[in-house]
Amino acid sequence: MPQLPGMLVGLGVTAKTFFKTVFPDGPTKPPAPSKGAHTVQYPHEKEAPPARARGVIALHHDNCTACMLCARECPDWCIYIEGHKELAPPRRAGGKPRQKNKLDRFDIDFALCMYCGICVDVCPFDALFWSPEFEFSEMKIADMLHDKGRLADWMHTVPEYPAYEAGAEVKIKKLPSPSS
Amino acid sequence: MTLAHFLAVNPPYWVETLTKIGIGLVAVLLPTGALVYLFLFKMMSFMQSRLGPMEAGPYGQLQLLAEFGKFLQKEDIFPSKADRFVFAAAPFVVLVSTFMLVLVLPAGPDTHFIDLNTGIYFAMAVSSISVIGILMAGWGSASKYSLLGGIRAAGQLIAYELPLVLSVVGVVIMAGTLNMKGIVAAQADFGVWFIIPQFLGFLIFLVAIQAELTQPPFDMPVAESELVTGYLTEYSGIRFLLFFIGEFATAAVFSAIGATLFLGGWTIPFVDANAEIMDYIGPLVLAGKMILIAFLIFWFRITYPRFREDQLQRLAWKFLIPLSLFNIVVTAIFKVVF
Repeated sequence: MPQLPGMLVGLGVTAKTFFKTVFPDGPTKPPAPSKGAHTVQYPHEKEAPPARARGVIALHHDNCTACMLCARECPDWCIYIEGHKELAPPRRAGGKPRQKNKLDRFDIDFALCMYCGICVDVCPFDALFWSPEFEFSEMKIADMLHDKGRLADWMHTVPEYPAYEAGAEVKIKKLPSPSS
Repeated sequence: MTLAHFLAVNPPYWVETLTKIGIGLVAVLLPTGALVYLFLFKMMSFMQSRLGPMEAGPYGQLQLLAEFGKFLQKEDIFPSKADRFVFAAAPFVVLVSTFMLVLVLPAGPDTHFIDLNTGIYFAMAVSSISVIGILMAGWGSASKYSLLGGIRAAGQLIAYELPLVLSVVGVVIMAGTLNMKGIVAAQADFGVWFIIPQFLGFLIFLVAIQAELTQPPFDMPVAESELVTGYLTEYSGIRFLLFFIGEFATAAVFSAIGATLFLGGWTIPFVDANAEIMDYIGPLVLAGKMILIAFLIFWFRITYPRFREDQLQRLAWKFLIPLSLFNIVVTAIFKVVF
């Protein structure tokens, strides 16, 4: 029976985990399984997700030019964009008015979304961001469609960029801050 | 145990029978619930560093009632091509085998349902009725997963019935009787419980009941990664619940049988086994020993991954059966010599 020592080790592993869970402060202290367990009792206590966790997608709509790249790259086709062109005042006095894309509609249907993050990746103007918020379930599936305003609300929960490594400071200026 | 014994009256036959049925139900369902809550819900969770059910009642103690209510509400679905009678009857066959096992379990000098002279023989015989129920479930479901699961279960239960019976034979040789109460009395006379002289037999018994109960690591009949849930695949609602109760009630009863055979049943060392008081604390002592053996069963269940089908059969036929035969020979030699 060459397997026998390994089997006994296996029993030891489960027994050790048991005592670690039930007696997290050592066998002399009273048992406290809710402290020893690695799990979080979710509705009662909330788990803090990592700062860059992919919870929900936020829209910074000043940056959006309605270029449709995100909608076209979306594997689930769950992004709906409508826009129109309007004239903006010229940059210099006496110049020609500029043409700008104005965003009318930007909806993400989170009932279809699979949280792949491709839209965030392809956005060339940094209009889409990941937010670590995850509590946005609804009683009706139609309410899972977040419109422009609701997507913009998520921007408050988007964390700041992590600090760059020393020596890479120059690059900071090229990226707009998500809260600007 | 007679009702007259407790109430000092002589009730009519039907009252006594109904009382026995009620006590039998309690004797099966109460330990089953205790085992499922203690080990399957809580110990398993702690061994996996989680808390298990916590919402229904304090520390999830009412979780079983919640599950029971959930299963009662579910639709009782029959597959369209199922053999309806066989499909419907299968869970009851399994359950009947479990309830008949309890009949011969003594829990005190006068606390027992039937005092059979061939008690352990009867127990081993009725325990194999469950194979028929499982085969019926597998065949009646008209599903290939169920059929494969049922046939695997039949092959496994038949293979492990042999080491189970042969490991019991060692105890029977030492006790010199097939009567369960006789075996308990023999252990009291012998001085030590049979787990010490029959330690090899005890180990074989543990492995064999693990396989008899189709608990992991011997759960190929319900291997969910290969066969969905084997013979349980097509069952839903109350019939699934009956199979579930059958599985864990059998675990409780086999633990109690193991406690009777190897741990001295209802007796406590240095206390007179035939004292009047043992009728009342005997069931509690037996329950305590049962939980001890069930703890081992569930500990193995939680720790080990599933065997492969051929490894399981090889373990039974090439290792356990020769070992238990060796155990019988050695026991017989010692019995004759000393």
